[in-house]
Amino acid sequence: MREEPLVRWDWIGRNWPSIQSLLEDHVVMSLVPIVVGLLVALPLGLACVRWRGIYQPTMSLMNVTYSLPSLAVFVMLIPVTGLATRATVIVPLVFYSLAVLIPAVVDGLGSVPDHVRQSAVAMGFTPLRRLLLVELPIAVPVVLAGLRVAAVSSISLVSVGALVGRGGLGYLFIDGWQRQFYTPIIVGVVLVVLLAAIADALLVLAQRLLTPWSRARGTA
Amino acid sequence: MITFDEVTKRYADGTVAVDRLTLEAPTGEITVFVGPSGCGKTTSLRMINRMIDPSEGRVLLDGVDVTTIDPPTLRRGIGYVIQQAGLFPHRKIVDNVATVPYLLGWDKKKARDRAMELLERVGLDLKLAGRYPFQLSGGQQQRVGVARALAADPPVLLMDEPFSAVDPVVRTSLQEELLRLQAELNKTIVFVTHDIDEAVKLGDRVAVLRVGGHLAQLDDPATLLSRPADDFVREFLGRDRGIRRLSFVSGHEVGLRADLTVPVSTETAGLRDTAEPWLAVLDEDGRPLGWARTDDLPASGTLAGVPLAPYGTFDRGRDSLRAALDATLLSPSGCAIAVDDAGRAEGVVTREALSEALDRVAGGAHA
Repeated sequence: MREEPLVRWDWIGRNWPSIQSLLEDHVVMSLVPIVVGLLVALPLGLACVRWRGIYQPTMSLMNVTYSLPSLAVFVMLIPVTGLATRATVIVPLVFYSLAVLIPAVVDGLGSVPDHVRQSAVAMGFTPLRRLLLVELPIAVPVVLAGLRVAAVSSISLVSVGALVGRGGLGYLFIDGWQRQFYTPIIVGVVLVVLLAAIADALLVLAQRLLTPWSRARGTA
Repeated sequence: MITFDEVTKRYADGTVAVDRLTLEAPTGEITVFVGPSGCGKTTSLRMINRMIDPSEGRVLLDGVDVTTIDPPTLRRGIGYVIQQAGLFPHRKIVDNVATVPYLLGWDKKKARDRAMELLERVGLDLKLAGRYPFQLSGGQQQRVGVARALAADPPVLLMDEPFSAVDPVVRTSLQEELLRLQAELNKTIVFVTHDIDEAVKLGDRVAVLRVGGHLAQLDDPATLLSRPADDFVREFLGRDRGIRRLSFVSGHEVGLRADLTVPVSTETAGLRDTAEPWLAVLDEDGRPLGWARTDDLPASGTLAGVPLAPYGTFDRGRDSLRAALDATLLSPSGCAIAVDDAGRAEGVVTREALSEALDRVAGGAHA
């Protein structure tokens, strides 16, 4: 009997169109929660800074949500959002990204040195301009650091959705496992890791372009 | 002119930070608020640009109650410099300086041109304009802070311990820079410090505040040092206030002796019999070289081969009596060499001459 090779390149070639569409699905389902998460986390984070009292309750709620096993949440959502829909995967991932991004926004605004804020006030910035022109730009490095964590975790968590019928590249794991056939599993792992690496690299690049003023601060 | 009229600041917990403060900071002068921590000096300063509003009383800017002016508008007309400079880390130096012009809606080119002009004015290399604050030293950042405060040419400048966080050498140069700028610009400056030396060096008028926000004394520095109002002020001024007071006495107060200087080309033979123990030796241009001890002079030759003792000089036109005293302590002869702007010796200040000048000053203190 001839030994089965670890990777069957011919299988990859034959199935490339479907692998490609799984990849697209994966990108959409991991990207949307990060973008929506950021859009929601900004006003919530600002509110938490403005009204310090709501920060702890908000974070407790987020952390409890974060502790719920993703599979259980996917299953619970099926009656609402439907089996094997993108929404079933995206909605929980939005909450997971919020658990990382809200504190990132709060810490980012907290990273604005007090003397910088004071001098902005003293020079006659109105509160809105101070926020938009001074505080948010200075918060960018910390927010981007949070975004990197959220992006990578979102990309890896999408795979779990395969268990409820919509997991992007996660489908390849189930397929390979059910057939005791390693090629799809390896393809899936490689693509997920690649995707995470690319997303991370893009965010690092964004940080370098957006915040040239903080690049050398660590070494200065 | 800035006027404090019976100003009190009381916080919700009952703490009184400033207690019925009444004083004037005249236009075009530097008024220094000095005192220990908790004396309300920063609180008082911040009531001028409404970062804090008074509980009672009024702060007037050229006769107008500041609480009637919208805070952002008021603040854009008042320069502000703080201890850590407070530069915006995400903006280039030139844009930091142009902050207030941008807020006032100047067009970008005009604002940047103005910023470059100010960077030059505060003595910064224009190459720094395109850098970010973290790339500058503390002293450079503080200069940028001053340039930024001056950008929109406000008539009033508030400075809250602006030089306290930099090392002493840099601090001295920043202080001198401020005095030089002020001589050109004639701003109305209110300057807060806890350092009495800085206060008497910079202030046209010094307000000493005590804990609880009471004004203990308001006077020009020389009067403050010679006639402290009470024990608190006396103690705050410190033990060496007499020495410091000499800073305010001109070097012209002291008499000179021209007969104690000799050119280096002089033959030693004729000098050995002089009654003076020390002679100041000058080079061909009349600049001091050092002190020669007459007892040790060789029997022949010129002064060129004679070992010389160290000397101290002071510039009579620019320096004070304090510098003269310091200079006498630097040489074993006990005398200081007075020099002109070019560094040429004008004569020698002996201990006797210094003592006479000190007597006159001390006499003045009791007048």
